[in-house]
Amino acid sequence: MNRVELQAIAQRELDQRQSYRCRLLCCASTPCISSGGTAVQKAMEEAIKANGLNAEVVTVATGCMGPCSRGPMVTVQVQGQPDVIYERVTPEVAEQIVARHAVAGEPVADHVMPSNLPFFTKQTKVVLSNSGLIDPERLEDYIAVGGYSALAHVLREMTPEEVCAEISKSGLRGRGGAGYPTGLKWDLVRKAPGERKYVVANGDEGDPGAYMDRTLMESDPHRVLEGMAIAGYAVGATQGFIYVRGEYPIAAKRLEKAIRAAERRGLLGSRILESTFNFRIDIRIGAGAFVCGEETALMASIMGRRGQPVPRPPYPAQSGLWGCPTLINNVETFGCIVPIIQKGASWFASMGTAKSKGTKIFALAGKVNNTGLIEVPMGITLREIVFDIGDGIPGGRKFKAAQTGGPSGGCIPAEHLDTPVDYESLRALGSIMGSGGLIVMDDQSCMPDVAKFFMEFCMDESCGKCVPCRVGTVQMYRILQRITNGSATLRDLEILEELCEMVRDTSLCGLGQSAPNPVLSTLRYFREEYLQHIQEHRCPAGVCQMTEVPIIELVHRPIARAAAASPVAS
Amino acid sequence: MAVITLTINDELVSGREGDTLLTLMREKGIEVPTLCHLDGLSPRGGCRLCLVEVQGSNRLVPACITPAQEGMSIVTHSERLIKYRRMILELLFSERNHICAVCVMNGRCELQAEAAAIGMDHVRYDYLTPQLPIDASHQRFAVDHNRCILCTRCVRVCDEVEGAHTWDVMGRGVNSRVITDLNQPWGTSKSCTSCGKCVQVCPTGALHLKGSTVAEMRKDRDFLRWILDGREKKQWILRNGGQESGR
Repeated sequence: MNRVELQAIAQRELDQRQSYRCRLLCCASTPCISSGGTAVQKAMEEAIKANGLNAEVVTVATGCMGPCSRGPMVTVQVQGQPDVIYERVTPEVAEQIVARHAVAGEPVADHVMPSNLPFFTKQTKVVLSNSGLIDPERLEDYIAVGGYSALAHVLREMTPEEVCAEISKSGLRGRGGAGYPTGLKWDLVRKAPGERKYVVANGDEGDPGAYMDRTLMESDPHRVLEGMAIAGYAVGATQGFIYVRGEYPIAAKRLEKAIRAAERRGLLGSRILESTFNFRIDIRIGAGAFVCGEETALMASIMGRRGQPVPRPPYPAQSGLWGCPTLINNVETFGCIVPIIQKGASWFASMGTAKSKGTKIFALAGKVNNTGLIEVPMGITLREIVFDIGDGIPGGRKFKAAQTGGPSGGCIPAEHLDTPVDYESLRALGSIMGSGGLIVMDDQSCMPDVAKFFMEFCMDESCGKCVPCRVGTVQMYRILQRITNGSATLRDLEILEELCEMVRDTSLCGLGQSAPNPVLSTLRYFREEYLQHIQEHRCPAGVCQMTEVPIIELVHRPIARAAAASPVAS
Repeated sequence: MAVITLTINDELVSGREGDTLLTLMREKGIEVPTLCHLDGLSPRGGCRLCLVEVQGSNRLVPACITPAQEGMSIVTHSERLIKYRRMILELLFSERNHICAVCVMNGRCELQAEAAAIGMDHVRYDYLTPQLPIDASHQRFAVDHNRCILCTRCVRVCDEVEGAHTWDVMGRGVNSRVITDLNQPWGTSKSCTSCGKCVQVCPTGALHLKGSTVAEMRKDRDFLRWILDGREKKQWILRNGGQESGR
């Protein structure tokens, strides 16, 4: 395969697309499949057959379209007309869509989602630009939208140094949460001495409620592969690994299929695009440990060892997989590479804030009208995300807080809704950008209860290597349990705060260091609520049962009763 | 090897490149508590007791695994560090059953010694008191998981020195446990060479020689009969000018 053949495939694919008058794009990512997307596509295919439209109408199983809570989603593309997006499509509605929209050109009004909603207009799709528009299981679909042309361009026109410089210039920072400058990391690995080097994509997404990486891997697997191949060329690696979370079978299946297809076409493997560059990619599937999202634990897991972190330094860029320099980035970071190469670093850097460039994918969840997957430019305010894109809180309730960064992040209260979303601002508020989970809470959420939920998660997921995280999380969870059942005292709160600081400062890896964050940030903004639980013995949100009393009261009550009953008293 | 100079507690210290902070601190006679570290085994950095402050960085680093670097400035005993060490020890004591009075290692236990050295006389956290089993299936040794602090010295010595890799860790978080083979009884282990290295490196009473627990302690009074009997039968008289004692 060379560049000319690549273009020929793209042209052939586009021509074939033109031959259909109408294309019915059915979302086939996990949320829509679980709400019945497969049956919808089947019903459409049968309806097409029944109407004898095989030659002019075709269904395509695509990736995610965004508003996941309204699935199954279908997009109808009729030539010469704007796309129409349908929500909550059932097999019956699917038949109507074929019969009315595909044949007669009149949309089934009840299920149409208006395309001028802020949910769509406020988004900027860069990483997800193909998501929902191409069939992730077909390499030709990806090539038709310009796929692998960035790799071809890099291999032909650019030196590894130039690629690293371009990524540095774009201002791209790691999308896994910590925000380390990607170009700098690539340059470190490129300069690290060593014959063998590795590229690793971290797809072990584990934050509760977050599914950005899953969607990217399911909806556009080739983009991740292409980004990794470009990284491999830039740092001098010939082997890559994608570490996919074990709970993501569809993502793993599609990636596997994508790798095989790309290898067959000479886009991965040996002598890629007739150059001298070789790059293989293998998949490693996780076994269900959150801590394996930590880079050193992830590498231990790839090497077949117990998934436990090891102290850094040495950093993976110096000594990673099997002691070789290793570049490890989040899959979303790799997803940003292709647009940067295609459209240029300055285009990418023109989006976002001074220090955070480009766009970020968020999984919007919780008490918000439009939940789903969104991609927004950095620097957008939380208010715009929650009230414009998310369309506000259901039932006209009051916004209370937004939780970002999962169990490592924190809660942002209503007074900071106008803060621009970037790495530095969120850190200043005591939260983190994280991988992109965003959970909206209304006034029916109890903050100590939320903190308890995340602490329970950290407690279960602690690997057990270092003492502060292994035992500290359990002790913090027990105190939070006491606060939420009514048996805590102010002394408990004091011990809790002390433990939070200690676990944050002394834990070995990011999991332990950030485990107290949900507690610390809720204490920072909602201390009053903790005090109401402890002193006034009530839960203002009405979530906690408060069935217990502090043990000290159990001791004092009979004494007080006895004193009151005694005639000697007073 | 290149010589490097750094400051430990406001004192200039020189060392060889590649030395860990702990090595240099011990050469200087500065003691910090350690539990998972043991000279001769690979460093682990898991117990977090040897954490020290590095000036110019807000992150605490474990001395046992951090290589000394030119120009570093280290503080080993700040108020914060001592407080954290104490809390970590309290957490360790709260995690499992560490009742010293009925422990085989009472008086010679490293966990007990570190707690005593730092003045940790009570635990402010809930005792988790899990009910863990004792595996006494091995002929000579026994493992009491209730005493284990998961330092994994046994795992490392078995792998790195004996080369058997009988020991490993299963589970995660507080539910972690050291296991022999694939969680089979120690006595049935095919890989165990019964060398006893794990028992010797264990800092607490988790791994011990059989017969040394309080419950197994028996007085052997048969000797009395044996001696008195011998005296009665005059078996103690020396013959052949003391070359041989008859029985």
